[in-house]
Amino acid sequence: MKLLTGNDLKSGAVTWWTGSGWSIHVADAADVGGAGEPILQSEEGARRVNAPYLIDAVATPDGPAPSHIKDRVRAVGPTVRRDLTLKPADTWAL
Amino acid sequence: MYCYDHYDQAIVDARVDEFRDQVKRRLAGELSEDQFKPLRLMNGLYLQLHAYMLRVAIPYGTLSSAQMRMLATIARKYDRDYGHFTTRQNIQYNWIKLSDAPDILADLASVEMHAIQTSGNCIRNISSDQFAGAAADEVTDPRPWAELLRQWSSFHPEFSYLPRKFKIAVIASEQDRAAMRLHDIGIRIIERDGTLGAQIYVGGGMGRTPMIAPLIKDFVPLDDLLSYIEACLRVYNRYGRRDNIYKARIKILIHELGADEFARQVEAEFAHVKTLDLDPPRAEFERIAAQFALPSLVPKALAAPNVASDYADPAFTQWLTQNTHPHKVPGHAIVTISLKPLGGIPGDASSSQIDVMADLAQRYSFDELRVTHTQNIVLPHVAASDLRAVYDALVAAGLASSNVDLISDIIACPGLDYCSLANARSIPVAQKIAARFADTARQRDLGELKLKISGCINACGHHHAGHIGILGVDRKGTENYQLSLGGSGAEDVSLAKITGPGFDEDGIVDAVTRVTDLYLEVRDPGERFLDTYRRVGMDPFKEVLYG
Repeated sequence: MKLLTGNDLKSGAVTWWTGSGWSIHVADAADVGGAGEPILQSEEGARRVNAPYLIDAVATPDGPAPSHIKDRVRAVGPTVRRDLTLKPADTWAL
Repeated sequence: MYCYDHYDQAIVDARVDEFRDQVKRRLAGELSEDQFKPLRLMNGLYLQLHAYMLRVAIPYGTLSSAQMRMLATIARKYDRDYGHFTTRQNIQYNWIKLSDAPDILADLASVEMHAIQTSGNCIRNISSDQFAGAAADEVTDPRPWAELLRQWSSFHPEFSYLPRKFKIAVIASEQDRAAMRLHDIGIRIIERDGTLGAQIYVGGGMGRTPMIAPLIKDFVPLDDLLSYIEACLRVYNRYGRRDNIYKARIKILIHELGADEFARQVEAEFAHVKTLDLDPPRAEFERIAAQFALPSLVPKALAAPNVASDYADPAFTQWLTQNTHPHKVPGHAIVTISLKPLGGIPGDASSSQIDVMADLAQRYSFDELRVTHTQNIVLPHVAASDLRAVYDALVAAGLASSNVDLISDIIACPGLDYCSLANARSIPVAQKIAARFADTARQRDLGELKLKISGCINACGHHHAGHIGILGVDRKGTENYQLSLGGSGAEDVSLAKITGPGFDEDGIVDAVTRVTDLYLEVRDPGERFLDTYRRVGMDPFKEVLYG
């Protein structure tokens, strides 16, 4: 599966394309399949998200999981500060 | 410490106003990211994995208590209650919101600080010896010269768009505590026949092509220093490669031209620059230097701590041995506060810890602190009779690790946990190695052992200069760690050599254990790990690693 991700303009937070908008939770990410490029172009033009890009991911029972470790770290936060990892109820970046 | 004059404050305040307007236009959608990115980088604002990251300049690593407190305030008010002290003697905040950035810069400006030239292809923050002004072995305090270079390089119109970033270090001791020869320009102030002058080393650096800077000029009178450095920069700016980012640093130019030819061209340029009357009048330098005057320390007997029974406390004695250094004034000491607690993150400090260090500096160190390139903090002027009180306060704050220069005093870059350039995580590896060597007796037995970890080839963790160096790489999507041995950033500078194939995260910890075990087995009396490696060579270490 393919996900569209970037960093939120205001907060810099990692953000994921949900199909209709952006979420800071990777669990909300939508599989854009082969249709990612036009969404990426459109969202770049909207200037809400910095440097959006498409990544590979796999479907898991807990939701989409990015394939590359860099994006897995982006999805949850620093692995060495468990207190700072993103929790489902976190709203700090909004 | 240097205090801003009207001009310093005016240009920093003006930059805050300018950036506030730029951020406003970016948030309003009037600027694209392509347009805005170079503007934010000029103000030290990067976009990292999880958020914006702000890198704040700490000139030559020197801070006042008030400035340190402001760093704590920023961590509390705008970030997630901590900051990360870096190998460039700066501090970084990892969770900054773009909309807060102008207010943060305004807060910094209120204590004579900024984030200007902490990114971009310009002359970056000037680094120096963290013991400057206090070291028993220095010929003069190098910081007035570093400050002069800071003023000269700030907003220098000719050098704002160099082929690549440019780093300068200034020291004034035989002992090199600043990795001077691993900078684009390393300046060592020396005394010859009663006169101070500078040895100029050019073309050092780490990154993907590590090089040790060769000596370009054996003695530059200090009255000519700015002109000579200007000439170096001009030659680089003229001939440094702009067509290939990997060949754009001055070290590549010097490697291709040869040090002698580069020096010849600098001499020719210097003859011209000297006619421009660039060097400041001696009175102006003296005005700057006066602000770095040694505090009024009263020489005292070398009776160190004031309570004899203190020596019965082995933990305190160990801290004294490992974390204090001789001061130029008898009866005083230089204290290094380790930011490498067991299980911690190298270089990280919470806002409350930063406040504690500021308070200790105010009370016991004449209001001064230093940031070291090894990601620790220094109190430069502590009376021996106050050492126990300082230690007790550090214990209470979780800052009393007695491991300076030991194997757990690890330099580690933020790595893949934070950095968008990284290929592998550095911090978990540092934590696992520190845990493996948690036994303090074992660390002391190993002696001085500088272990440095980078999460990518850019080498922010100085792995090329580690007695033991570790480089994290991406091997087909998996983190892998290359081991290297024999580097040094000190006066016995050398570049580490890779041992062979890399290891996974647990494997690299085992590999470090095997090479240190071999060292203990084959060392001669008095030899450090580095000395033994240099004597026996790589082969025995390869044998224990790969069989």
